[in-house]
Amino acid sequence: MENKSIINVNKLTKRFPIGKGEFTALQDVNLTFGKGEFTGIVGPSGSGKTTLLNILGSLDTPTEGSAKVLNQEIGNLSAKKAAILRRRHMGFIFQTYNLLPVYTVFENVEFPLLLLNMNVTERKKAVMDALEWVGLSDKVKSRPAQLSGGECQRVAIARAMVKKPELVLADEPTANLDSENSHNILQMMERLNKELETTFIFATHDEKVIKYLRRKILLRDGKVVTDENVKK
Amino acid sequence: MLSIKLAFRNLVGAGLRTWLNVFVLSLVFILIIWHYGVIDGWNLQAKRDMKTWEVGNGQYWQNNYDPYDFFTLEESHAKIPNALLDASRQGIGTPILIHQATIYPEGRMQSILLKGIEPSQNAIAIPTEALDVSIQEIPMVIGSRMARNCKLGVGDVTTIRWRDVHGTFDAAEVKVVDIFSCNVPNVDAGQAWIPIQKLQDMMQAPGEATIFIIGEDQDMSQEIEGWKYKDLSVLMQEMDEMIKMKRVGGSFLYVVLILLAMLAIFDTQVLSVFRRQKEIGTYIALGMTRPQVVSLFTVEGGMHAILAVIVGSIYGIPFLRWQVKTGFEMPAGTDDMGLAAAETIIPAYGAGLILTTMLLIIIITTIVSYMPARKISKMNPTEAIKGKIQ
Repeated sequence: MENKSIINVNKLTKRFPIGKGEFTALQDVNLTFGKGEFTGIVGPSGSGKTTLLNILGSLDTPTEGSAKVLNQEIGNLSAKKAAILRRRHMGFIFQTYNLLPVYTVFENVEFPLLLLNMNVTERKKAVMDALEWVGLSDKVKSRPAQLSGGECQRVAIARAMVKKPELVLADEPTANLDSENSHNILQMMERLNKELETTFIFATHDEKVIKYLRRKILLRDGKVVTDENVKK
Repeated sequence: MLSIKLAFRNLVGAGLRTWLNVFVLSLVFILIIWHYGVIDGWNLQAKRDMKTWEVGNGQYWQNNYDPYDFFTLEESHAKIPNALLDASRQGIGTPILIHQATIYPEGRMQSILLKGIEPSQNAIAIPTEALDVSIQEIPMVIGSRMARNCKLGVGDVTTIRWRDVHGTFDAAEVKVVDIFSCNVPNVDAGQAWIPIQKLQDMMQAPGEATIFIIGEDQDMSQEIEGWKYKDLSVLMQEMDEMIKMKRVGGSFLYVVLILLAMLAIFDTQVLSVFRRQKEIGTYIALGMTRPQVVSLFTVEGGMHAILAVIVGSIYGIPFLRWQVKTGFEMPAGTDDMGLAAAETIIPAYGAGLILTTMLLIIIITTIVSYMPARKISKMNPTEAIKGKIQ
């Protein structure tokens, strides 16, 4: 595990226009991520964690430098190709879960598979497997509004994992959860990371998450301050 | 296919919000069909009544006769040609002699048109058999409008004055022997029907007539010297033009109703785009392309219209059928407002009207759904995911 590199970030800079000036969110970032990593990008608010995660997730593009994710240069991808990259190879977990409110738990988890045109039988099996991983097999017909915060985040994890992506990007996944739920979810993600060899990259400043990381990248003012493997 | 599946899922999932929109749209849909059905039914009825009561299946006009030029009336009568006399005897039609006169009901003076007609005719629906009586006064049949205006009832006697062909004034008493009710003002308002022979005598114009009406179920179009043949299309021209004008007026309501429905859909969709930004950002993050998202929202809007057609059919078909059975009762006084209408109008729904309305609503709904959905393509996904208003 953690040998083959799937992400290469080279001299990555991201600037945002603010009024007449510009704000530099990331500056000269150089990073490499291997397959099966369980890595956290940590740092205070405004340090550029989410911006980096958005670029790695092909939701945004670099201003300068390059970000090569799964052999695709993010800066050169068309909107359509970026969508296909996300659809096939990436899973997202958000701080506010971002579940589709009118869908049931089953339909939320099923959604990424519908985009992949998977046939019904395989789709149903994959969804049920994913819900079993996160322990929500009995909630298939519930809607997000009927679930607790922890359950919602478990559905979001199931949705991110259902297609068994190579890369999962999680932006502050525990920010809205209590301590117990945070640990449960992190243990679940750790287990999935080991079982499925999925690369997990977190953007977080939550100490609870940091405890679980095997690699910790500290960002401050858009620059990498430290990048260290954590001995367990 | 994916858009349809997801759109359907979104609509069903949205529950009450969807059904409220669908219900409003279906209401507009049914209202448009019903409204046009009533207008079409009204028009059909008016055309049918005009044929039955006034124009028959065509007419012959004495060469000078011009219904729009009152001053030519004195010169607009001539001996009834043999061909028309024969036709009259065979029951194909009836000659009518038209002359100007003055009536004095309750001491008031009012100009009228005296129309002489064969009491035994059956070319038009005027109940002329009532004229076949032997009384001291001249028997007269009038319509309900005329009766109301002159405050005359059956059995009332009043005076009329006229000028014969030599210009000599004369007067006589007339007695109302029957009052008919019909939707054609042209045979009613300001008109009195008396036996043609009596009118010929009064005018000193024996054997003469102004027009000849061919019976509704009869056919005749041969050329007759001194008389002009007017077929049904010419006689109905005015009515057809009026119907066209009425249609134009009616289409304003059509447009207003459709605009109202579209406004509701547009509003919902615009609101959706803003309210569902986070959802849209999530769609994009999960791998939907922007055109796919636009298509999803457009299909969602269009599907409102399709559901409206289905829901509208459920309650609309029984309602429209019931209206065809019972008809739509015109409000009292419609007749006084100058609108020739039956007391009850039976709506007529054509397949064309239903299909056009259906298609129009579906197409326009889809277009107004596309417009706000297009805005999505300009949305920044990283902001949309957070649900920040852009």
